[in-house]
Amino acid sequence: MSTELKPDFCQTGNLTAGNRLQSIDVVSVQSTEDRANALTSGHRACQGCGEALGARMAIDKVMELSKNKVHVVNATGCLEVFTTPFPETSWNVPWLHSLFGNAPAVATGVQAALKAKGMEDVTVIAQGGDGSTVDIGFGCLSGMFERNDDVLYICYDNEAYMNTGVQRSGATPPTARTATTPLSGPHPGNNFGQGKNVPKIAMAHGIAYVATATIANVRDLEAKVAKAMSMKGARYLHIHVPCPLGWGSLPKDTIKLARLAVESGLYPLFEGEHGEITGVTKIRKKVPVDEYLKLQRRFVHLFKKGADTEDLAGVQAIADAHIKYYGLLDDGEK
Amino acid sequence: MAFTLPYAITLEVGSSLENKTGDWRTERPVYLDRLPPCNIECPAGENIQAWLGLTQEGKYQEAWEEILDNNPLPSVHGRVCYHPCEDGCNRKQMENPVSIHAIERFLGDQALKNNWVVSKQADTGKHVLVVGAGPGGLSAAYHLCKMGHKVTVVESKAAPGGMMRYGIPEYRLPRDILDAEVKRIEDMGVTFKYNTRIDNLAATMKADGYDAAFLAVGAHLARKLEMPSDDSVNITDAVTYLNDIEANDSKPQLGKKVAVYGGGNTAIDVARSALRLGAEEVTVIYRGPQDKMPAHLFEIEEALEEGIKIAALRTITEYKGGNIIVEVNEMDADQRPQATGKTETIAADAVVYALGQLVDSSLLSDCDGIVENDNVIEVGQQMMTGMDGVFAGGDMIPSARTVTTAVGHGKKAARYITAYLKGETYTPAEKHETASFDKLNTWYYEEENMRQQPVLDLDKRKSTFGEVLGDLDEANAKYEAIRCMSCGNCFECDNCYTVCPDNAIIKLGRGNRFQINYDYCKGCGMCVEECPCGSMLMEPEEL
Ligand SMILES: Cc1cc2nc3c(=O)[nH]c(=O)nc-3n(C[C@H](O)[C@H](O)[C@H](O)COP(=O)(O)OP(=O)(O)OC[C@H]3O[C@@H](n4cnc5c(N)ncnc54)[C@H](O)[C@@H]3O)c2cc1C
Ligand SMILES: Cc1ncc(C[n+]2csc(CCOP(=O)(O)OP(=O)(O)O)c2C)c(N)n1
Ligand code: SF4
Ligand code: SF4
Ligand SMILES: [Mg+2]
Repeated sequence: MSTELKPDFCQTGNLTAGNRLQSIDVVSVQSTEDRANALTSGHRACQGCGEALGARMAIDKVMELSKNKVHVVNATGCLEVFTTPFPETSWNVPWLHSLFGNAPAVATGVQAALKAKGMEDVTVIAQGGDGSTVDIGFGCLSGMFERNDDVLYICYDNEAYMNTGVQRSGATPPTARTATTPLSGPHPGNNFGQGKNVPKIAMAHGIAYVATATIANVRDLEAKVAKAMSMKGARYLHIHVPCPLGWGSLPKDTIKLARLAVESGLYPLFEGEHGEITGVTKIRKKVPVDEYLKLQRRFVHLFKKGADTEDLAGVQAIADAHIKYYGLLDDGEK
Repeated sequence: MAFTLPYAITLEVGSSLENKTGDWRTERPVYLDRLPPCNIECPAGENIQAWLGLTQEGKYQEAWEEILDNNPLPSVHGRVCYHPCEDGCNRKQMENPVSIHAIERFLGDQALKNNWVVSKQADTGKHVLVVGAGPGGLSAAYHLCKMGHKVTVVESKAAPGGMMRYGIPEYRLPRDILDAEVKRIEDMGVTFKYNTRIDNLAATMKADGYDAAFLAVGAHLARKLEMPSDDSVNITDAVTYLNDIEANDSKPQLGKKVAVYGGGNTAIDVARSALRLGAEEVTVIYRGPQDKMPAHLFEIEEALEEGIKIAALRTITEYKGGNIIVEVNEMDADQRPQATGKTETIAADAVVYALGQLVDSSLLSDCDGIVENDNVIEVGQQMMTGMDGVFAGGDMIPSARTVTTAVGHGKKAARYITAYLKGETYTPAEKHETASFDKLNTWYYEEENMRQQPVLDLDKRKSTFGEVLGDLDEANAKYEAIRCMSCGNCFECDNCYTVCPDNAIIKLGRGNRFQINYDYCKGCGMCVEECPCGSMLMEPEEL
């Protein structure tokens, strides 16, 4: 029996944010006392908001690596509204809001202005919800990618237009109930076969770096921010952020849902450079999609008596396809 | 206002910290320490999770001191305790339990190597008599001494340990380990009087002016059986045989073919000892089925490996012509062995009865108020017998009859005796709620298998009393300790601090855990949900 102890060996491996048995170099920034708290307390996000958490996780890592030289441009949406009711702000970072659809373009401008002033050491972040990213701001985003502007764009995907009352977006999953995809007809909720996979579309632009991340795996998320920060040009990070209000889930289940999305295969974690996939984060304990869906009222109709089992099977098929396409399971695992 | 606001701006920029979102809360998260199942199961009441936590950090001496708060004999326990803690361990429901006993042994042995000692409290001027230097007596003496009392232990045998020396064979408990742990108690200032039997407790207490007494005389009288015999098979009992192995220079020889009658741990110890002393064929005869033997499975397995035979479902009926006549039993519908009338013979030079032990309570014959029931002495809630100032524990009172139970009794009694001597009543602290498996969020634990202790070569096991189980080295001991999930007690994984969307958890720095800032906590409960070890709880807010 080997007697060597791996450095930083602990009972929770890299699964928890930190661990008192691990050296400070391997734990997440979130787990340290001196994290920036770029998004401070007192914001108006709902109880258990995944978006508020995702934004703090991402921007704190940016703050650490840029030594606080950051400028953030925010699209309209919950993240903007709940942090900045005039005249208060929750941001401990220079922050600018313009419109719902133009954050990537504004960020391009900010970057150009900084360059003109010789302040190229300032990191420029643009961020927004899925509505602003995959739908209304999509033209600006694609342009920013094409021009390869030196901006890191972060999308906080809660799978609908939450700030205006849960309308469907191009990121809303099939079968989900939203205000605009009601429970009617033989296949209630959002349609199959529509919507956009923006991480893949970003890859198709051939930009320097594209990655998907989750608030359920902060070390993975921070590693991806760090990777993005080590590069120049247009970069894209897509973070899955459960929304208790819009999804009809319990506030305490936010992290759990983010985790189940990954473990079911519905939300694949991958990264890519210049259009090529360079890595995936494997599923650790595979679960059927039911485990994820059942915790959310927006999918409640899938489990009602007499529900069309095709719909549930369709969602499972999406997960299975992801698992196959990205190779999310270790060899031999089913 | 100190400066003029820009055009069209009516209010100064402020921070959202002005907005105390704690008002939204209907439930509040709180930290708590739940009682881990290992701690609950330990008869000595060790705070296992705490000393495993210290071991994880490499703080071996502090870990050992934490054990010593409850148990003065960790090296012994790491070897002979039946470790019920591991049966309770939540890890068992993941892959296999933490090898708690092996880590306890490691820490105990570190202490012996490095001569670690514990401090004691100021002298109280009280003098307590302890009768019997078995685990019960040793534990009471240690705790009483630590609490500042003068303690005299009176023991009828020539050396300390009780059944740990005159029962448990050396291949399970090397005597230098036992001696060293007892010596540490002696060095604290406890007086030991060997070869001195107390025949009349009341008289001794009066004559020598003791303020209180703790009795742990054990159960040393072997249960006997009457059987038709032509004297062709020698008959002895486990207590005598094991005692003779320890006490006599010339080891007892039972012949080439030895039978042991009984199915408990003592029977197995006798069988394995006989094998080591040269018997060529050793058979354990038990009236029930093998899987119902009261001996622990691992001991039965070790015995079988060494070549011991087990004749289960057999009852001895007679000794004739160098044979044991046994009747074959069958299990009836109620799962009880019933005689079939069919007989068999087992050739034997000797048979050893291992049928249990009785308490010799003759020293109490002159004591008023003592209640003896079913051959054990009754004690009250405070571990006091019917006689004022006389407390008792270990095998002589109703108990599980293990070393660890006796040590637990010794500790408890010491606390009650101390209170008694001050004219007070000791009330144990209320127990925290259990950190049961369902309180954990096991997603966060990596699966890691238990590290096994090395085992002595089979050849050596059959012919010598060398210790069968070996040590975990430091790395393996630490690895095992790190497998502990710290059930119910924060181990600082930083999850609560990290998952709070409202930054309402304050990290107080490593070693100092966390605090909740209720000004901003909205009461979502994510921290509680994502706490791996179940050391948080949601409580309804007063509305
Ligand atoms: C063979 C065998 C193996 C065992 N193995 C294990 C094991 O692996 N693990 C485990 O947990 N338990 C084991 N046990 C049980 C365990 O040894 C006992 O439960 C435990 O020792 C009881 O402790 P005690 O202090 O009550 O009494 P004892 O250990 O029996 O000690 C009592 C002491 O009091 C002395 N004494 C008695 N009367 C007087 C008197 N009148 N005056 C002065 N001194 C007196 C005796 O000489 C003895 O030294 C085993 C028992 C046996 C017999
Ligand atoms: C041009 C324009 N159209 C519509 C709106 C109204 N509006 C504000 S926020 C929002 C939804 C934002 O959704 P998303 O980008 O997904 O962010 P979320 O609120 O879900 O985080 C909408 C439709 C607007 N502000 N501007
Ligand atoms: S994992 Fe640790 S705290 Fe939990 S029961 Fe096992 S030893 Fe005790
Ligand atoms: S995660 Fe934060 S806001 Fe939610 S209950 Fe815990 S302390 Fe309160
Ligand atoms: Mg959205």
